[in-house]
Amino acid sequence: MSMNCLLCGVGGQGTVLASRLIAYAAMQKGLEVRTAETIGMAQRGGCVVSHVRTGDEIFSSLIPLGSADVIIAFEPAEAVRCLPYLKEGGFMIVNDKAIMPISASLAGSDYTAEKMLDFLKGKVFNLRIINGEEICKSCGSSKVLNVALLGAATSTGVLELSVEEMKAAIKARVPEKFLALNMKAFEACM
Amino acid sequence: MNKRFLMGNEAIGIGAIHAGVHLVTGYPGTPSTEILETVARENDGSIYVEWSVNEKAALEIAAGASYAGARTMVTMKQVGLNVAADPLMSLAYVGVKGGMVVVAADDPGPISSQTEQDTRHFAQFAKLPVFDPSSPEEAYLMIRDAFEYSEQYHTPVIFRPVTRINHSCASVALEKPIPQRKIEGFIKDSSKWVIFPRLSYQNHILLEERNEALKEVLSSYRFNGLEPAKNMTGNPDRMRIGIATGGASYAYVKEVLSTYGEDIPPVLKVATAHPFPEPLALKFMKELDKVIVLEELDPVIERELVYLCGKHHLPVEIYGKLTGDVKNAGENSVESVGISLAKIFGRVMPKTELYSLPELPVRPPVLCAGCPHRASFYAVKTAMKGKKAVFSGDIGCYTLGNAKPLDMVDTCLCMGADVTVAQGLHRVEPDAINFSFIGDSTFFASGITGIVNAVYNETDIVLIILDNATTAMTGHQPHPGTGKTMMGAIVDKISIEKTLLAIGVKSVVTVDPLDQKASVMAVKKASENTGVHAIIFKAPCIAVTSASPLYTVQEDTCIGCMKCIRELGCPAMHMDNKKSVIEPSLCFGCSLCAQVCPVDAIKGGEK
Repeated sequence: MSMNCLLCGVGGQGTVLASRLIAYAAMQKGLEVRTAETIGMAQRGGCVVSHVRTGDEIFSSLIPLGSADVIIAFEPAEAVRCLPYLKEGGFMIVNDKAIMPISASLAGSDYTAEKMLDFLKGKVFNLRIINGEEICKSCGSSKVLNVALLGAATSTGVLELSVEEMKAAIKARVPEKFLALNMKAFEACM
Repeated sequence: MNKRFLMGNEAIGIGAIHAGVHLVTGYPGTPSTEILETVARENDGSIYVEWSVNEKAALEIAAGASYAGARTMVTMKQVGLNVAADPLMSLAYVGVKGGMVVVAADDPGPISSQTEQDTRHFAQFAKLPVFDPSSPEEAYLMIRDAFEYSEQYHTPVIFRPVTRINHSCASVALEKPIPQRKIEGFIKDSSKWVIFPRLSYQNHILLEERNEALKEVLSSYRFNGLEPAKNMTGNPDRMRIGIATGGASYAYVKEVLSTYGEDIPPVLKVATAHPFPEPLALKFMKELDKVIVLEELDPVIERELVYLCGKHHLPVEIYGKLTGDVKNAGENSVESVGISLAKIFGRVMPKTELYSLPELPVRPPVLCAGCPHRASFYAVKTAMKGKKAVFSGDIGCYTLGNAKPLDMVDTCLCMGADVTVAQGLHRVEPDAINFSFIGDSTFFASGITGIVNAVYNETDIVLIILDNATTAMTGHQPHPGTGKTMMGAIVDKISIEKTLLAIGVKSVVTVDPLDQKASVMAVKKASENTGVHAIIFKAPCIAVTSASPLYTVQEDTCIGCMKCIRELGCPAMHMDNKKSVIEPSLCFGCSLCAQVCPVDAIKGGEK
């Protein structure tokens, strides 16, 4: 048994914390875990990808192409960029808000979230689009997008972690003063 | 069993603690930084830990402690080893008493580095043993082995993980720690600790003898290994072919082989590329006609095997980077290894083009919204409009000032080279105004000597010190200007301004770059005179300070001229319905856009 989860987004969106929460929950459950993260220069507004792999017989920390059971995408274009990692029949959770790179703004690019989401709709059967901005607004913090998307991913069951196991991980890893709003965000997409 | 979920760097740090390390020094550099930070975090007070001013200092401090019998570790990224090369090359001849491990992290890709240099080659050059872990779990155990070998053979040893080991996490089973040994103390012996040509000659002979002996010893080292072929079907195309690998590539090879089911070839895993475990490799090649070598960066294992075939007249064909069968740059992956293996074993090629994707926006790394470097670069750009000026940059977040629209980094070479490259440019093109941009941590690490050179040799340059009160790019480490150490002490801050004045820089002005008017004036003034003039742009990194009240664009007033976007390139700004918009979750309230707007449409900042 093994599970591959890929998280992708733009530096600063909180992908690393989300991948750590999944890893922590899996580890508490007694599973073997490997992760790989983007740390360093690319963190400054560049594309970031975290790989989380749980189960036995896993050698590399990187998920091979076409092998992700689920992709949690924090940004529509990054979802498309990482689509080759998704395995046939895999799940995708995607936040619907585009982050326009400055180079695209300068070049007058016509990049929109809709174009990306339309493409994904045609390719991914198990696609769930999340209005992350609205959830963040209702929780009163722009920093809870990661936990909201994690809630959506947990509810698919594909992470092989129960809602309770995931909540326990959030309780253990998120500072007390941010816990209530993170819990609210987590439950928003259940 | 005690298991912890650890990043490779944490595993190395904790592995060193569990090996009874006494002293750890280093200089920050991706992907190595978290090793020393882990030791500092987990330190019970018995270990001395410091961020040294640069890698050369770090290595020399560790050498001194090791002379006295302490176990020491030095951490850096691969290019840091270039800075520390001078003491390292000599230390190989002098040797050590307490175990000394030099961790130099390589960065295939490169993901966050200037070069794709291979530290295994450096180890060969320096004649030192090198350990190359293939997973975080192995790194934890191997660092302990590295200390043991170092002490047994009285030599510093190199430990070289790659980014995918440093920054991968795994559940690591922890062993019983070895308690710190009592340090014997330095025993004077000038025939041992003072390097002279005669001593070097004698020790050179011993070094070569030792390395020759280690080839045999390391052949039975627990992380060098030979995995026999499995489930062979007798397919003649797949018989008598083996795989040689090491480091992160070993995991990719195992990942690919786990999908094969049958005809699993023998695998030689090399964890010590130098001294090369020759008897083990000979045993591996004895029954083979062909070997494919999968490794990252240079073909180090591959050359060793080719050499062995020549030396022992073996009719084995070696395939790899030298034959063009494996790519010779960038990092390996399960996919790239899968393709190389499919070719040689006549298997079905793995699918790599799974989807044809629509055009995607490119997303290069950029200076953060609110980053004071943006304001500093913009002030210099404004002041130099229409003038012949060259901007020499350096290593740090501010290298990102090269991106459009700022476009303010004309050269970047290595740590400290901004100051000196600017001098070279000015010597041969004196009618240009030559600026050099250097960060605060880089100033202390390797900028000062270059500035002394400029003053001494009477060069005309304008030094721009970007003082954001931290080592930002690597994750906010303290440095001599911050007044904090890794032992938690609050110490006197070393003043950049006083340092510059003491060197003899003609004028030193400190300005807040977010005050554009004052900044532009300061730049103009500094550029008008001969000699070395300095401006210290002082404003903290957004990661070490809290946001100011945010700014918003008044939609009715905005004329959609795009000046803010076109000139500043702030990632918090974009156009929506022909008006500029500021994304509130990214805005830091720096006010730069408001200062640039020609119609005063950007408001905010009121407390």
